[in-house]
Amino acid sequence: MAWYFFRRVLQMIPVFIGATFLIYFMVFALPGDPVLAMFGDKTPSPAIVAELRAQYNLDKPFIVQYLLYLGGLFTFDFGTSFSGRPVSDLLASAFPITFKLAMLAIAFEAIAGIAIGLFAGLRKGKLFDASALVVSLLLISVPTFVIGFVLQYVFAVQLGWVNATVGQGAPLKDLILPAIVLASVSFAYIVRLTRTSVSDNLGADYVRTATAKGLSRGRVVRVHVLRNSLIPVVTFLGTDIGALMVGAIVTEGIFNIKGVGGTVYQAIIRGEGPTVVSFVAVMVIIFMVANLLVDLLYALLDPRIRYAK
Amino acid sequence: MPNNDSRSPEHYVAPLDETPLLVIDKVDENAKPSNLWLDAWRSLRHSPIFWISSSMILFILFVGLFPFLFTNEPPNNKCDLDNSNGGPEAGHPFGFTKLGCDVFARVVYGAQPSLTVGITATLLVVIVGVILGALAGFYGGFFDTIISRVGDMFFAIPVVLGAIVLMQTLSGTRNALTVALILSIFAWPQVARITRGAVLSAKNSDYVTASIALGVTRFRVLMRHVLPNSLAPVIVVATVSLGTFIVAEATLSYLGVGLPSSVMSWGNDISQAQSSIRTAPQTLLYPAGALSLTVLSFLMLGDVVRDALDPKARAR
Repeated sequence: MAWYFFRRVLQMIPVFIGATFLIYFMVFALPGDPVLAMFGDKTPSPAIVAELRAQYNLDKPFIVQYLLYLGGLFTFDFGTSFSGRPVSDLLASAFPITFKLAMLAIAFEAIAGIAIGLFAGLRKGKLFDASALVVSLLLISVPTFVIGFVLQYVFAVQLGWVNATVGQGAPLKDLILPAIVLASVSFAYIVRLTRTSVSDNLGADYVRTATAKGLSRGRVVRVHVLRNSLIPVVTFLGTDIGALMVGAIVTEGIFNIKGVGGTVYQAIIRGEGPTVVSFVAVMVIIFMVANLLVDLLYALLDPRIRYAK
Repeated sequence: MPNNDSRSPEHYVAPLDETPLLVIDKVDENAKPSNLWLDAWRSLRHSPIFWISSSMILFILFVGLFPFLFTNEPPNNKCDLDNSNGGPEAGHPFGFTKLGCDVFARVVYGAQPSLTVGITATLLVVIVGVILGALAGFYGGFFDTIISRVGDMFFAIPVVLGAIVLMQTLSGTRNALTVALILSIFAWPQVARITRGAVLSAKNSDYVTASIALGVTRFRVLMRHVLPNSLAPVIVVATVSLGTFIVAEATLSYLGVGLPSSVMSWGNDISQAQSSIRTAPQTLLYPAGALSLTVLSFLMLGDVVRDALDPKARAR
């Protein structure tokens, strides 16, 4: 296990460097004036332009610029936002809120998704299965922001069950609706994944063996079918973190949550390029680290992974 | 192998008084050889979902190509603020937007940009992904290492997040083609990975060994034998991706970094409808419905094609 861990971390280093380089390259090395492009339609004052040039080391050769940026990342210096505050400061206040929202969303999509997927898989071809399939397809094809508008309108404006926007400090009861919106697409994917995986595993030889040796159906399903069906779901959670981040930008924008996504949303709307770029870079880094953690969890669950050469 | 299964009767036990060769005699020697694509088509032909989704897609493509056939007034031509957020009336079945434009005309004309982004991005991703994935899988070695590692770097950036950064930088040149190009920059590694996997498994099959033993050049083996037998999973992913690209474009447009708000697209219309959902839900529901139906059609098509191309799923 330690060897696997070591190897996996080692593999991540070039990917990490490459991905941050890509983002950096895209923003700062493309034709056109990157500083002016950051402002979009707005015209910045020459003083700000000069300051930004110095700040991003644009007077130095490109590779030096990048290395300085990379060095900053390792010391948690993620750059400066449009308003002049260090991004790491903004992150410290925004990250806990987004983390809470994401955890709620993951809990919702994992519990509800696996439960519904399991029942659908056990009753393949029946009414419950068919309706679960239809609902999940619909959830995937409707964009998150439309689901957000509609649920916000119905539950907050029409029925008045919850607040339409999230208040100061993001109390848990305000976050429930945004978390459901954020989880909706991934929930649908988990339902479909669990269903396929359960119905495939039901036909596996070890399930027949378990039934033949006299285990109750409940035990066969719980211990043998469900456990093995969860492996692809865990893998999915890794890639899902990326989807959750994009979803967080949209959801936190709709519900006015002051998290990482909400900050990016506001920055995009106001055309504050530097904030968008530095926050998204941080999100990509979090995505990579989270993916590594999921990979390690995966190896913990499935011995075949960690012993494979 | 599915080819043999379809011809040999299952669980056939010959009666003692019957010649065991009868079954072999019955095989039609002149029958056309069956293959994966033919088998898939046979099963698709009987699937109602295939016919529903593919005719929906053809219809939406038709609307996207010839929007003027479906509405006799060009959108934005007669926007009248007197009609602001008005309900449906004669000649305007979907009502009016906040600025008094005809919602139906906007929905019809909005098909084109969404489809352009989806189709262009899918084509780019398939071309780049299949070429690189096939080279990596077939030639292996140095090629494989370089392509796989570079792919990993792009794969580490979630598609829409990367697109937000790039679109933010390209604020001056936002149009359907740049959106498609930028989405495909971050999406090609998925297709490359799938192609590489399929090529790797096809490479080790007996017919490839046989072709090489017969002296066929490696490039010809790749083009004639390996690639055609590796395309099935790519087609499925491409169909589903087309739907997700359309959603991604709408999300980018909603955030304000996709198509410029002057372009009529479903994403822009949905985004503008946010403020009037209370008074005029039709301005949200119709563009959102059109977008979702389009995406749904591609997802359903991808689903049935996946089942049809999977011999194991078909046998069940």
